[in-house]
Amino acid sequence: MAKHTIKVKVQGAERQAEVESRLLLVHFLREVLGMTGTHIGCDTTHCGACTVLLDGQPVKSCTVLAVQADGREVMTVEGLEQDGKLHPIQEGFWQEHGLQCGFCTPGMLMTGYALLERNADPSEAEIRQAISGNLCRCTGYVNIVKAVQHAAAAAKQRRTTAA
Amino acid sequence: MIPAAFDYHAPRTLDEALALLAEHGDDAKVLSGGQSLLPLMKLRLGGAGHLVDIGRIPGLEYIREEGGVVRIGGRTREAELERSALIHAKLPLLADTAAVIADPLVRNLATVGGNLAHGDPANDHPAAMLALRAEVVAAGPKGTRTIPIDDFFVGLFTTALDAGEILTEIRIPLPPPGSGGAYEKLERKVGDFATAAAAVQVTLGVGGTVEKAGIALTNAGPTPVRAAEAERYLVGKQPSDEVIAEAARLAGAAAAPSADRRGKVEYKREMARVLTARALRRAIQRAKEH
Amino acid sequence: MTLKTTAEVCGMGHSMKRKEDPRFIRGQGHYVDDVKLPGMVHLDIVRSPYAHAKITAIHTEKALAIPGVLAVITGKTLEQFNLHWMPTLMSDTQMVLPVEKVMYQAQEVAAVIATDRYIAADGVEAVEVEYEPLPVVVDPFKALEPGAPVLRTDKKDKKDNHIFHWEAGDRAGTDRAFAEAEVKVKQDIYIPRIHVASIETCGCVADFDRAMGHLTVYMTTQAPHAIRTVFALVAGHVGLSEEKIRIVSPDIGGGFGGKVPVYPGYVIAVAASVVLGKPVKWIEDRMENLQADSFARDYHMTAELAAKRDGTMTALRIKTLADHGYADAAANPSKFPAGLFSICTGSYDLRHAFTEVDAAYTNKPPGGIAYRCSFRVTEAVHAIERITDVLAQELEMDPAALRLKNFIQPEQFPYQSALGWEYDSGNYPAALELAMKTIGYDELRREQAEKRRRGELMGIGISSFTEIVGAGPSKQFDILGIKMFDSAELRVHPTGKVIARFGTKSQGQGHETTYAQIVAEELGIPAAHVQVEEGDTDTAPYGLGTYASRSTPTSGAACAVAARKIREKAKKIAAYLLEASEEDLEWETGKFFVKGAPQKAKTIQEIAFAAYTNHPPGMEAGLEAVDYYDPPNLTFPFGSYICVVDIDRGTGAVKIRRFLAVDDCGNIINPMIVDGQIHGGLTMGMAPALLEEISYDENGNISGGSFMDYLLPTAMETPSWETAKTVTPSPHHPFGAKGVGESATVGAPPAIVNAVVDALAHLGVRHIDIPITPEKVWDILKAKGVAE
Repeated sequence: MAKHTIKVKVQGAERQAEVESRLLLVHFLREVLGMTGTHIGCDTTHCGACTVLLDGQPVKSCTVLAVQADGREVMTVEGLEQDGKLHPIQEGFWQEHGLQCGFCTPGMLMTGYALLERNADPSEAEIRQAISGNLCRCTGYVNIVKAVQHAAAAAKQRRTTAA
Repeated sequence: MIPAAFDYHAPRTLDEALALLAEHGDDAKVLSGGQSLLPLMKLRLGGAGHLVDIGRIPGLEYIREEGGVVRIGGRTREAELERSALIHAKLPLLADTAAVIADPLVRNLATVGGNLAHGDPANDHPAAMLALRAEVVAAGPKGTRTIPIDDFFVGLFTTALDAGEILTEIRIPLPPPGSGGAYEKLERKVGDFATAAAAVQVTLGVGGTVEKAGIALTNAGPTPVRAAEAERYLVGKQPSDEVIAEAARLAGAAAAPSADRRGKVEYKREMARVLTARALRRAIQRAKEH
Repeated sequence: MTLKTTAEVCGMGHSMKRKEDPRFIRGQGHYVDDVKLPGMVHLDIVRSPYAHAKITAIHTEKALAIPGVLAVITGKTLEQFNLHWMPTLMSDTQMVLPVEKVMYQAQEVAAVIATDRYIAADGVEAVEVEYEPLPVVVDPFKALEPGAPVLRTDKKDKKDNHIFHWEAGDRAGTDRAFAEAEVKVKQDIYIPRIHVASIETCGCVADFDRAMGHLTVYMTTQAPHAIRTVFALVAGHVGLSEEKIRIVSPDIGGGFGGKVPVYPGYVIAVAASVVLGKPVKWIEDRMENLQADSFARDYHMTAELAAKRDGTMTALRIKTLADHGYADAAANPSKFPAGLFSICTGSYDLRHAFTEVDAAYTNKPPGGIAYRCSFRVTEAVHAIERITDVLAQELEMDPAALRLKNFIQPEQFPYQSALGWEYDSGNYPAALELAMKTIGYDELRREQAEKRRRGELMGIGISSFTEIVGAGPSKQFDILGIKMFDSAELRVHPTGKVIARFGTKSQGQGHETTYAQIVAEELGIPAAHVQVEEGDTDTAPYGLGTYASRSTPTSGAACAVAARKIREKAKKIAAYLLEASEEDLEWETGKFFVKGAPQKAKTIQEIAFAAYTNHPPGMEAGLEAVDYYDPPNLTFPFGSYICVVDIDRGTGAVKIRRFLAVDDCGNIINPMIVDGQIHGGLTMGMAPALLEEISYDENGNISGGSFMDYLLPTAMETPSWETAKTVTPSPHHPFGAKGVGESATVGAPPAIVNAVVDALAHLGVRHIDIPITPEKVWDILKAKGVAE
């Protein structure tokens, strides 16, 4: 079966590789690029541990072929920190104890990040709805909601201070 | 978790895609959002030797209103439908439906065309499109044809699309003033298929009687079920509580669900009834407000 | 709780931000599937579609012909090394790979090793196995009937499917109390099989270095030392020796008890690595995980409660049939085949009690994981809290009033229960009263009465549980003979920083933070300066791992004791430095000072430096201590939960409107972490109450073996949990703490069931087995004529 050369921008940096058609995007990230921040938690597209951004939208990277990402932009959890500075969503999770074992966390962070890009001041209901494709077994979601709210408030504060 | 090997093609034009489908025949499948197909292939079910990805073909993602018809490109993603002001204003039934398909992440990739073409009666759009009296546009080697939605769902995982055809557009007649629609879905949790679900689209005439009614059920048989008797019953009547209850009863009677972990047959039938009543009440309320 | 340390030192009671988070929020956690070793190959497993069948042939040629497939291992391969069977934690035996027959659907049948996981998956598809199906036994009652097919034909003298009989209490006295009782209630209660379903599945990388004869296994294990010893004992004959086995438990994506046992996949990977001389990675898929390992519960209980007409409980009797699957691989301390089920007298002053458990083999994968329940405490608490509500209903008494009437009173502690436990401390009335006041119980009852008149279904359910955790004292507790102490090794370095190592292993509980806070509390060294390490058997002191809420009660205690040993030595050094006698010194967090002359002081940092540069003559240099802590007793966290539900009369769906959890886990190290444990535990208690179930048809086909049907709650199904605390310290624990990780999983399910039953009680409903699906409720509504 043919192999394909793909060029994917990951965190803005172009990455090129030759891949099988059937290679899942999550395996491309983890195994080919060695970026193990994105995790695999299931095999039926339910858990969302593998969530990354594809052209700015949070998607389950276990249900995308690497070849489908050719010529497109991917952002993973490794791209949140910029110049040694944590993104507000990361700060929020840390401050509010929004993680315990950390396994669902990269997916939650990416979904939370994408939500705040689209909706800067989400309500609790909106947050719960936005993360309803991401399963967590440890936290019971209460502090994840608080983490996203914390990030929203911090980002708002940043904007107010900057203005 | 790992699909069997296959060849992947990413044509840039519709003609290229159709040519690939013609070339590989039964050994090729269309890859749209992939959110139904790829999960199956990861279980090594329902795959093919060739995947033809229509995601690189421009001009297949749109939502617009033209000449009294809402036209939706086959590759329009559920998330777009969910957020579309036009859909919310003119086709609230579709807005309701899009919002309960799988989960928000899947909706960023899943397409309305894929949701229909997959032929799964458990998918949510089929019932909504039946209630809306939609039409499906298919592009094939011999050109384009329009398939009325009532003819589209042929059997379990089987639609009227030929192997070499691609669903390019869905056309929905713009409901007239005094119309409203709603989708009610009972699911065990977010992300599940429906235990039962009802799609309702009604138009009320002057004086409040039902002029038009579309009622269809999800996951209530091998194909989505149009509750035709319930529809006929409603037309010409004032939608009182008793009328709604009777229409719902008729809709439930039209359901032919299979028993599974979501419930036994009797429960699912009764839920089809209960949800039809709830969808009717909401649709009528929206129709009154419109 | 009054804080004794500053925010900078951050001892007990501070909600310190977690020290482990910086790597997780950057996606730099290091989990087993992140391990990549040079030359590493991948293992994938061929599994049986049949629940019970003879294996007549395994054809591997097609698989071996695939480029990249290196080997196929079968039971016959392992039989050569006598590794095809292995012991379980309960000293039963289970197959690693079968030679003769399979005994559960999804059982491991063969393993394919390939250069990458995609090829390994192709290899698995290409292996052809021929089976001859055998009669399947899935009903544990039928399994114990005379004439049932005997499943464990590998056991020479076994003529039936009965595993064990266990009992506790005074049968005769209890029977008498029942005979004399004014009121008796009886209820069958079934808790189905469920699954741990941590977001990370199980897996390992086994790396056998032929030249050194050294085995390293990176493994999802909650108990690395126990694993190391088991491997040494089981595989000693193939050349593995304990000092040359290193088990590394890196970051674990959730354990909850599911990562305690030794699963066949681990052993096959080790064998493969020994045979091939390469590192072998095995990571199970979710469906494999849901179908082959990490199962819990499956208890068929009949509970009976005797009482006086005024509501005073007099006796409890519970008879249980436990469905263990085909092997007793339950994770229990060896003397407790039914775990700590005898906590079933709960929070009530029951003078007479008797309980017995019989266990049966069936054609299912082994069950009985201690899933966030200490050991079988979920089952015990479910039984007592349900039968208590059944009694309340029978007596037409408010369930809160019935509980308050029967609670063990604070002055009765330490309390000797009728089934042999000494409860360390408790104040049950305070917890329930706080819960009732906080949620507005009386008003809720008024609202319920009003709603009932209108035909609306609202329920209020209470669960007042007593947990039993911290296994355990060496005289009673061992796993495969290894006593259940735990350990802490603290070393203070010259610049006053600490490396602290423990025999436990966090899988998300925050030990890198909480243990540091204990050290900070005891020594005044800022928690930020305490580096906590766990999980590497080469460096960590021996311990039994983390499960059953035991870390704070055992290693946490060891940490405090070790720190106090260090303080003892520090005092001597301080005396030397201050030229004072030890009796004249006082300790104030972080320093010793001369009584009456507080300016004459030495900080712990100064003392640490001196330990290496200027220690008293005749004294050993250094400042460190190890403690292996043998807890004198278990600890008994407790709580009262109140749940409010509304039932949709059209669909039967249950909505939790409010859930308030009052927990008491004694003195709290980090309130934020404790609340996190409770939120998560409540969610894991709600899930089996409403959503989760693993079941089997009569052919042993599993239902619920993927996330399609094994329903984990999302943020939409999960309510916004409300929490509150009372604090009743443990009198025997070095800092009065009790452990809390599992309280909520134990206490929540009966609160929810009690609420649903309460909503329907006026219709004559007394009990509903979990999971309470909408369909189950709807069936009741229909039967009672109140469905919409």
